[in-house]
Amino acid sequence: MSKRIGMEIALAAAEAVALCRPDVIAAYPITPNTHIPEHLSDIVAEGRLDAEFICVESEHSAMSACAGASGTGARAFTATSSQGLLYMDEVLGIVSSMRLPVVMAIGNRAISGPINIWNDHSDIMTMRDLGWLSLFAANGQEAVDMMIQSFKIAEDAAVQLPINVNLDGFQLTHMVEALFLPDQKEVDRFLPRRKPYAALHPDHPVTMGALGMPDIFTEATKARDQALVDSRKVILKVWKEWEKQFGRRYEPIEAYKTKGADVVMMTMGSMGETAEIAVDELRKDGVPVGLLKLKLWRPFPFEEMKKAVRGVKTLIVTDRCCSLGGPGGPLAAEVRSALYAEAARPVIENALIGLGGRDVTVDDFKQMFRQAGKSKGIYEFYGVRG
Amino acid sequence: MAQKKWPETWQEVTPGCMIFEGGNSREYHTGSWRAQRPVWDNAKCIKCGICYIFCPEACVKEDARGYFAADLDYCKGCGICAHECWPGAITMIEEG
Ligand code: SF4
Ligand code: SF4
Repeated sequence: MSKRIGMEIALAAAEAVALCRPDVIAAYPITPNTHIPEHLSDIVAEGRLDAEFICVESEHSAMSACAGASGTGARAFTATSSQGLLYMDEVLGIVSSMRLPVVMAIGNRAISGPINIWNDHSDIMTMRDLGWLSLFAANGQEAVDMMIQSFKIAEDAAVQLPINVNLDGFQLTHMVEALFLPDQKEVDRFLPRRKPYAALHPDHPVTMGALGMPDIFTEATKARDQALVDSRKVILKVWKEWEKQFGRRYEPIEAYKTKGADVVMMTMGSMGETAEIAVDELRKDGVPVGLLKLKLWRPFPFEEMKKAVRGVKTLIVTDRCCSLGGPGGPLAAEVRSALYAEAARPVIENALIGLGGRDVTVDDFKQMFRQAGKSKGIYEFYGVRG
Repeated sequence: MAQKKWPETWQEVTPGCMIFEGGNSREYHTGSWRAQRPVWDNAKCIKCGICYIFCPEACVKEDARGYFAADLDYCKGCGICAHECWPGAITMIEEG
């Protein structure tokens, strides 16, 4: 039976990972994800989990160790943030191209500089195009649930791709929340042992990560892209199974009070919880507003996106990072390309908010709702001084 | 696992481009990369085997008399054998 506990979300996420019985955990500490692997090392040291915990000397090694372990058929896990993710970068595309279902938690933090340890989404966006599946948790319960779902999604015979679960640094990682933690029996029932497509073993030679010349690279890339596109079906299936067993519903884009809404806000991650309160308060005053919370970042849910904005006049897409010198925020860019070919589409505004840990309050969301339709240019740094 | 030696279409690419047969680099003839070819002058060769050891393609073979020559299906023309042969028995000459 699931138990309802109050726990720091990073620790709860670590407990959830332990329930998935990973064989290998390789991690290097970096704020604000540190409590996740730290707590896992405690769990291993206490003998509660029979796993190899590798204290690596860098994130590059952490991801390399996960790649090697996953190649042998092991269930591998790591976690990181910000600069640590950048240090892994070289290996991230290798892991996805080799179709290794490594699971990674990212305690989202700004990419420096100026040097900053606080939350935004600029870290995950640097690995947007590297072939990983990507989920965003809005609260501690989702972080726990997504950790467990991730192993099942990644290891599915039709997927075999690495996946990252994004938890906003501090806003989620360091927050104590009341949540349901499933027990071992329940997780064992939900998540079978990994059955690898192939595994490194001296008795059965297999080459992983071979050279791909110009005469095969296009075909290999098309196959990778298709694998991500096709993973959507499995993600939806796993979420259905989760709902059936645990009663909590997951969908690529969660709609909150969008019925009859003229203006709709879109968020990723923990800001959705704050935005909900703003929607409630404005609705009470008779202002028809709503909210869309994106949970599935890769593969991007194009079809769900089109459906979600039917009848909406203005869509305010929030981005917790800036594509410097580009089209504003990465989420808005994706939303715009998803809706470009639609005959009827809302006016799309893009607010860059919550950068480098700046608080975004209920009043900020209400203010953004009130300013809807007044944005100059295709994106705006909300609340920027000057 | 039944598979073609070389995938033609993207559908034939195995997940992760994994290869399930050992030794199939033989199927890939790197000789087409060559701009220069090594030519052995056996009169100068002292049969030390350095060219055989240093060839990165492992395509230098020893004949029955103990002299060496490259298998031109695989020789990439890198010139390492000629560079390493200290009696100067190997010369690189332009192809074509
Ligand atoms: S040229 Fe290079 S590849 Fe060819 S035989 Fe000499 S060392 Fe080997
Ligand atoms: S390195 Fe030169 S001398 Fe030595 S075996 Fe090869 S060709 Fe002969």
